[in-house]
Amino acid sequence: MEIKKTAVAGTLESSDAQVTVEPGSDGIELLVESSVIHQYGRRIREVVLETLERLGVKNARVAVLDKGALDCTLKARVECAVYRSNGMNENLPWGGVIR
Amino acid sequence: MRNAVGREIPEEILRETGKQAFAGTYALDGYEYKKAAPRVRALCDPKREKLVGSIREALEKCGLKDGMTLSFHHHFREGDYVVNMVMEEVHRLGVKGITVCASSLGKANDAIVPYIEDGTITGIQSSGVRGRIGEAISAGRLQTLAIMRSHGGRVRAIETGEVHIDIAFIGAPTADEYGNLRANGGKSDCGVLSYAMADAEYADHVVAVTDCLVPFPNIPASISMVNVDYVCVVDAIGNPEKIATGAAKPTTDVRKLMMADYCTKFVMNTPYFKEGFSYQTGVGGASIASTISLGKIMEERGIHMGLGLGGITTPMCELLAKGLIRKLVDTQDFDMGAIESIKSNPNHVEISASEYANPFNKGAYVNKLDFVILASLEVDVDFNCNVVVGSDGVITGAQGGHPDTAAGAKCTIVLTPLLQGRIPAVCSSVTTVTTPGETVDVVITEYGIAINPKRQDLIECMKDVELPFCTIEELRDKAYAIAGEPDPVQFGDRAVGVIEARDGTVIDVVRQIREYEFQDRRGE
Repeated sequence: MEIKKTAVAGTLESSDAQVTVEPGSDGIELLVESSVIHQYGRRIREVVLETLERLGVKNARVAVLDKGALDCTLKARVECAVYRSNGMNENLPWGGVIR
Repeated sequence: MRNAVGREIPEEILRETGKQAFAGTYALDGYEYKKAAPRVRALCDPKREKLVGSIREALEKCGLKDGMTLSFHHHFREGDYVVNMVMEEVHRLGVKGITVCASSLGKANDAIVPYIEDGTITGIQSSGVRGRIGEAISAGRLQTLAIMRSHGGRVRAIETGEVHIDIAFIGAPTADEYGNLRANGGKSDCGVLSYAMADAEYADHVVAVTDCLVPFPNIPASISMVNVDYVCVVDAIGNPEKIATGAAKPTTDVRKLMMADYCTKFVMNTPYFKEGFSYQTGVGGASIASTISLGKIMEERGIHMGLGLGGITTPMCELLAKGLIRKLVDTQDFDMGAIESIKSNPNHVEISASEYANPFNKGAYVNKLDFVILASLEVDVDFNCNVVVGSDGVITGAQGGHPDTAAGAKCTIVLTPLLQGRIPAVCSSVTTVTTPGETVDVVITEYGIAINPKRQDLIECMKDVELPFCTIEELRDKAYAIAGEPDPVQFGDRAVGVIEARDGTVIDVVRQIREYEFQDRRGE
């Protein structure tokens, strides 16, 4: 999938993450800020990059503001942001349907 | 060297501080020493007054100079004005190299951080620190090693002379002009002055700071005029709304209620739950809920608590008022209900921090505890607890009476949710050890209960009890299965603080925090 426009998913509530995707041209540019960066920074980046790869996103600027979200939450927020950037708002292929 | 909880304590830390490495909770039982003593300036002439016009005048009369140690208590909790007021004046006088020896420091004292940065304050000794002071210490901005002591450990350090207080500032809700201090009445009621009592007895100079001067004699006094040099009246010593809150509403969080039920069921199935048992609990939602549910069982079975100890909250006072507790013995009041109770109920009694928890007196109340119900930021598979350093490596909590009560009680129960946000509360190895696992008997989470294998007696008496028992490793594995296994915090090399065990040995070292760096730069 391509990132067509800037889109956001998620909140800054505890145990959530806010993911912003913007169109990019030079691969994936990823910024991670997290309240649990020391313990889970590595894992957060892995999960976000894996999810983008699974969705076929090759070029994007991605910002993750994490407040201690679990992996499942992170995946859902990344998927949602990517779908929104494509104008997809209904019948979303949740939960790793797109591989 | 590696100490008795397996922590590597650098030789240079031991050399620099003159301390020993922790050798076990009871290793220094029977230790003999001669108590320290303060210098006293006699007051024979009845014409000489103790009232001073300002904090500045008090500091000058006490001979404030570079390098002195100033002490404070934390009974005004998040509403404290005294520390900031005194340190601001010290700063104005241009004095440097002060050590602040407080029974605790919190967010209310954020204002002293600039004085750490400019060298006014170069030492901090406290039960713990929250807020910006903790961040400043963890960032390496304090010139010397911060020392974290339990409430009992602090009194021990003062009485042995390990720390010598030059000037003690004692915020007092009421005082008379000769320095009889009470915790009740006035505008900034805090219930008790337990943590300031050792300061009054062992500091060279003692300054009472009050916002309510009352007629002489202000008795019965928590702190007597015989130990007080000066009395300073100021506009306000604290913010009453933050000193004591209304009673916390009983929690409706089903997780906490479940943990409270587990805790009560565990307690009532131990041999210690019998007429006259003794008990201490904390202020967390689950602890308070367990006090309430235990109270119901006590009422049903006609069992009375002989001693209720510690920091006191309204639910304990309600049990006292119902006649279910014989004596409520108090070192700190957490809410208005507790403050009202100590004023009106003769069986609710103020004690000193030494009587409460000092391991080096001739016997403290904690030694008589059957149960203590505690919380913890982290507990590891060796049952070691961490209540001072956040999982992100930043100092953010206080030892309080945690290690003291754990060491004293026959049954030490830690109540904690399995995860705090994403952070596993049960882990392989705590960030910092503050309470040794040998003193922790049971860990209760909403996912299961682990008994320390060292307590085969407790395991035996629970064998027919319907509770979700498992091993501590199983608890950790459940936490990691949900949240993922956490990476260790990336610390710098420099030590910024020492965690003292209650006997004054080094149980762990706190290191400077480092900004997080991704180990490989893929995707950036």
